[in-house]
Parts: sequence; structure tokens; C-alpha cells
Amino acid sequence: MVRSLEMTGATVEDAVAAALAQLGVSRNDVDVEVLEEPARGLFGLFGQRDARVRVTVRQTRAGFAREFIEEVARCLDLPVSVKVSQQEDGIHLDVTGYNIGLLIGRRGATLNALQYLVNVAANRVSDERKPIIIDVEGYRQRRVQALESLARRAAQRARRTGTRVALEPMTAAERRIVHLAVQRMGGVSSESQGEEPFRRVVIVPHQRPAGPRRTHRARQP
Amino acid sequence: MSSPEPGLEAMRSLVAFLARSLVDNPDAVEVREVVRDDAVVLELKVDPADVGKVIGRQGRVVRAIRTVARAAGARGGRRVEVDVV
Repeated sequence: MVRSLEMTGATVEDAVAAALAQLGVSRNDVDVEVLEEPARGLFGLFGQRDARVRVTVRQTRAGFAREFIEEVARCLDLPVSVKVSQQEDGIHLDVTGYNIGLLIGRRGATLNALQYLVNVAANRVSDERKPIIIDVEGYRQRRVQALESLARRAAQRARRTGTRVALEPMTAAERRIVHLAVQRMGGVSSESQGEEPFRRVVIVPHQRPAGPRRTHRARQP
Repeated sequence: MSSPEPGLEAMRSLVAFLARSLVDNPDAVEVREVVRDDAVVLELKVDPADVGKVIGRQGRVVRAIRTVARAAGARGGRRVEVDVV
């Protein structure tokens, strides 16, 4: 949705300021087109004319992402509320609503697909390359905790048995969480193996017993 | 075109919205549904110049569209396919 407004004022800057106040946005969020320069007129009396400008709110990446998710929810007839926050690692969209597990899908498959699509679509309309990160009902937050405890258990098993432990296939973002968790543990390291979308983390014990190399598969929680 | 069930309409409007947000020529986007007993096939038609955009590198975009469409169709219990035609 493009918001745009025409405004007049004694000077161009006055007109722009009035338009910004009405739109409730800051100067950096808009494009200004001067439709008419102000004229002071003869002796400040005759032919005096106000400045006229058109102020258009630029679609921000965050605004685009919000509208994208809201439209998806509307198609599915799901009432949602979306909270946007700018964080160091990207633009976060926290989606909440009633019975919206549908948007998460099996192991976050739907959520990850939506996140991928919103990023591809947003790259078409904004030059900003900040990643858009979507979460639904705190799923990613919970998933981080689940992955960390999974990593911990798999590491214990790798250390105890002296064998490599392979986890389930995961997305790059999820593998990263596991790698970071394993880095904080002693006696093990981790690597990724296999091809997308079946790439998985393997936890490698530092001390390996003699004998042929075996790889165990760990169970998902 | 009227839909026999609400899930189908949701899927169709969703796939159309996703496609329109990815292409240069959104007016050319059309989605037609072919319903069989066990499956719904959504035929997505876009401007020939935009075909690559809805498929993506190694089919990644169309795979994501399929995943989301399946979420919409999940309530109907049918298999959902999205084909770019």
C-alpha cells in the first residue's frame, strides 16, 4: 500500500513538515516531489503563492514484510498480529494469533518456506539486504532450546561411545545453532555433511577408540 | 470460477498472491485448480519472462510455494501440487 499526500505551505520545507506530521513518519521515510515552488509576489502582496509538494511514504523493507505476512494470513483466514523489531541480525517479525500452528508446519517447514519467500520478494522492492526473520508463536525460540539440548545429548553420547553422532537433516540456520552449541562443549567438535536439503550436523569426539569408524544417528527430540 | 470448498479458494488466492509478489508482471499471474479425488493441482501461469522467478534456482522458489500451499490445503486432507505451466 503506497501512502501519499499533497500539501501546501509558505515554503517547501513548511509543506513537507506538515505532510510528515500528518503521515506520522520521518523525513528519511519519504520521497518529496515539489509540484509548485512558492512565489513571494509583488511587494509580498500580489501573486503570492504557496509551495505545493507531494510526499510519498517509501515502502520500507520491514513494512513490506509485515504486509506480506498479513496478506498470507488473510488468504488463510487466520487472524494474526505482527510485531516488527529491528535487531542486529535482521528484521524480526513475531507473528501471534489463535490456532496458527498451520503457519509453522512440520518442523517449521511452512515457516521456513514463508521466510524464504518474503526475503526473495522483499529483495525485489528494497535495496536493503537485511535478512527478514519470521517467528510464529515463539517457535524459533523454542527450537533453539530444543536444538541446544539435542546437541548436548548427542555430544555426551559421542564422548561416551567415542563414535561420530549424526543428527537429523536441518536448515543452515539450525545447523549453525548446533555448531555454536557444540563449540561451547569440551571433548567434541562438529561438522556438516551431505547435500542440501539433507545436509546434517555430525558430532565428532576428539578421542576415538581403535577400530572402524562408525556413525550413529541421533534421534530428534 | 467458484470453489467447492473454502480450502481451495484459500490455496488459490495464496498461490496467486505469492506469485504476484515475485514477478515483474503481476497482471499476467493466473492460478487454475484441477481437483481430483485425492489431490489438488494448482496450475500457476505467469508471463513467460517471469517463469524463472517463480521457479528459482534449482526450483527453490516453487518448492517454497508448494510448502505454503500445502499448509493451506492441509485442512482438506488432500495432496497439493503446484505446477508452473
